[in-house]
Amino acid sequence: MVSTPRPVGRKVLFMATCLCDAFYDDAARASVELLEHLGVEVVFPDDQTCCGQPAFNSGDWPSSRKVAKHAAKVFAGDLPVIVPSGSCAAMHFHGHRLQFEECPDAEVESLAHRTWEIIDFIVNGLGIKTWDGEFENPTRLAFHRSCHTRGTDTGEAVTTLLSSIRRAEVVPFGQTDQCCGFGGTFSVTFPHISGRMGSLKLDHIMESRPDLLVSADMSCLMHLTGLARVQGRPIPHLHVVQVLRDTLMTARK
Amino acid sequence: MIDRQPIDTYARQISDEKQTSVITGSTASTDKRFNALFTDYADPDSLRKLAAKIKDHTLHHLDTYLEQAEASLQRNGVTVHFADSGDDARETVLNILRGHEVTQLTKSKSMASEEIHLNPYLIENGIEVLESDLGEFIIQLDGDEPSHIVRPIIHKNRREIARTFQREGIAEDYNDDPGTITRRARVHLREKYMLAQAVITGGNFISAESGRLVLVTNEGNTRFGMAPSKVHIALVGIEKLVPTDRDLGVFLNLLGRSATGQQLTVYTEFISGPKDDSQPSGPEHMHVVFMNHGRTDVLDSNCREILRCIRCSACQNVCPVYRQASGHAYRSPYGGPIGAVLSPLLFGDRFPELADLPKASSLCGACNEVCPVDIPIPDLLLRLRDKAKRAHIPQPGDLPMTPFATLATSPSLWRTAMTMSKAMNHLPIQVAPVRPLQDWLGQRTLPDWHGGDFRKWLKARKEK
Repeated sequence: MVSTPRPVGRKVLFMATCLCDAFYDDAARASVELLEHLGVEVVFPDDQTCCGQPAFNSGDWPSSRKVAKHAAKVFAGDLPVIVPSGSCAAMHFHGHRLQFEECPDAEVESLAHRTWEIIDFIVNGLGIKTWDGEFENPTRLAFHRSCHTRGTDTGEAVTTLLSSIRRAEVVPFGQTDQCCGFGGTFSVTFPHISGRMGSLKLDHIMESRPDLLVSADMSCLMHLTGLARVQGRPIPHLHVVQVLRDTLMTARK
Repeated sequence: MIDRQPIDTYARQISDEKQTSVITGSTASTDKRFNALFTDYADPDSLRKLAAKIKDHTLHHLDTYLEQAEASLQRNGVTVHFADSGDDARETVLNILRGHEVTQLTKSKSMASEEIHLNPYLIENGIEVLESDLGEFIIQLDGDEPSHIVRPIIHKNRREIARTFQREGIAEDYNDDPGTITRRARVHLREKYMLAQAVITGGNFISAESGRLVLVTNEGNTRFGMAPSKVHIALVGIEKLVPTDRDLGVFLNLLGRSATGQQLTVYTEFISGPKDDSQPSGPEHMHVVFMNHGRTDVLDSNCREILRCIRCSACQNVCPVYRQASGHAYRSPYGGPIGAVLSPLLFGDRFPELADLPKASSLCGACNEVCPVDIPIPDLLLRLRDKAKRAHIPQPGDLPMTPFATLATSPSLWRTAMTMSKAMNHLPIQVAPVRPLQDWLGQRTLPDWHGGDFRKWLKARKEK
């Protein structure tokens, strides 16, 4: 999916994503704190909005192309663009190119070649292979591989880092590669199927008796934990970046 | 009033029994298939990329390879026919049968024949047709429709089949032991085979170089069908060609593993023409009907990669939406992701009616990941969504995206909306008359709105 070597540097543009902008401010905050801890200067372009996926997935490409062009302008330049979401990152480096295949756009193309999912960037861009963090107590982590990180290096990168945290155990669960059922607008246009997919996913996750559900996409977590709460089986959940930051703090106490 | 998506509605009302059959059947074959590929090949991904290249090359030069295949087949003593539309294909088959005075035939599983509803047409025209694939035979007994490319009765369990056999007089009593069911079907079918004057098959591949027709089965029903029949008709989509016999090695190794997790299907037949003098039995006449039925239109479209498909059903088995909805939800012989792409394209005149199919996906990409010819199915689903939108075909449940685009391209408006929407935390949104919100909140909670908090934190930090 990621077609070319992407730029690595100690200065990056950060895209918070609309979900972190609206709901999960702490995941965005943890991203910035992590990157700065690793010696990276983080620039947050204030005019950023969304990657355009809702319109793109609905088939309204004229609308999503407008949003893509806006993003390409906001994140113009030659710095790496770091995103705490496998889904929004894939939109930049794959979706945008698909919707512009008949009308190629240099800025959109440039954005595609500079975008990194944050954990992929930390592990494969910055070369961080172990994480000096720890949990106070032995902690079982269920890592949900979000679908839009298929074919990218994110999944392996996350497992590498999480496994190296002291007292962390990444526990396997059934049908790991099945979707959580969110799919953005899919979850509202196919509410029944989406809900069933999510419940099935939760069944598998719960079987592994995790202490914490972790993902590189807040969208999947929003869907899964929203379902879990209504079903009376709430589960603690965090973005990978929050786990990395929190366990680092614990280790430095 | 917004209508619901037909596939979601269908999934809502299927019986638990049917759902269990579909989920169990498709999940089991997915695991088996994965093991078969990864145990035998260090890098199955390169193999499927090679298969994709061979198919793309063939499709790019389809006119040349069709001519070559025609010449090779004729050299082998096969009569070659070309049928452009579904009607042409049906008439061609009927005319061949009439030419040989055939009134009774057996037929092996063929998706091409399902596409054009060949069976009812032949029956209407006075021909007795017997499906010889066990699954298709049961479908025929029940007057049902196949719901899966490789396992047409994946939606049925053995108790239903035992009841059918009893009802239809295939068996005297009810017995749902799978071995017994199979034995009873065999006894019934073997008698019928001997009476058939012709056999209709599909074709998994045809080598343009040699004119060899390749058929794969697990039941040996095509061999049986071939033995007593005087006439063999193979109905084959024009995209089924491969350039050379050598290419078959790539495809046969992928097909068995991807379809059923077998290294090779139990029977793989290479048919090089009608019976010759050295052979004791077999059809004296062989006809290949190359069917277009919309394929050249697909070739001209921006979804041509779908013509690489070798009908293995790996995408169907792994698809979480198909598993919930069953193949029948897709309203064509092709269910799952392959159907969601292929049906709106193949049945071009029905595009508006089938334009919702490409929406039935969370775009999770599992289908592409398992595809033995690396078809970028999610991309094709998205291109078809764009096509439907451009054709102004209304989609049930569609949310208007123009306001979203306006908001997402107006940064100050966006920032204001982020902060203002915090009011949501204090409103009884669970009773708001907004359908999408209701559909979400029916099963899930929404997290608290923290709009603008991250930006505020960043700003406060800078000012320190």
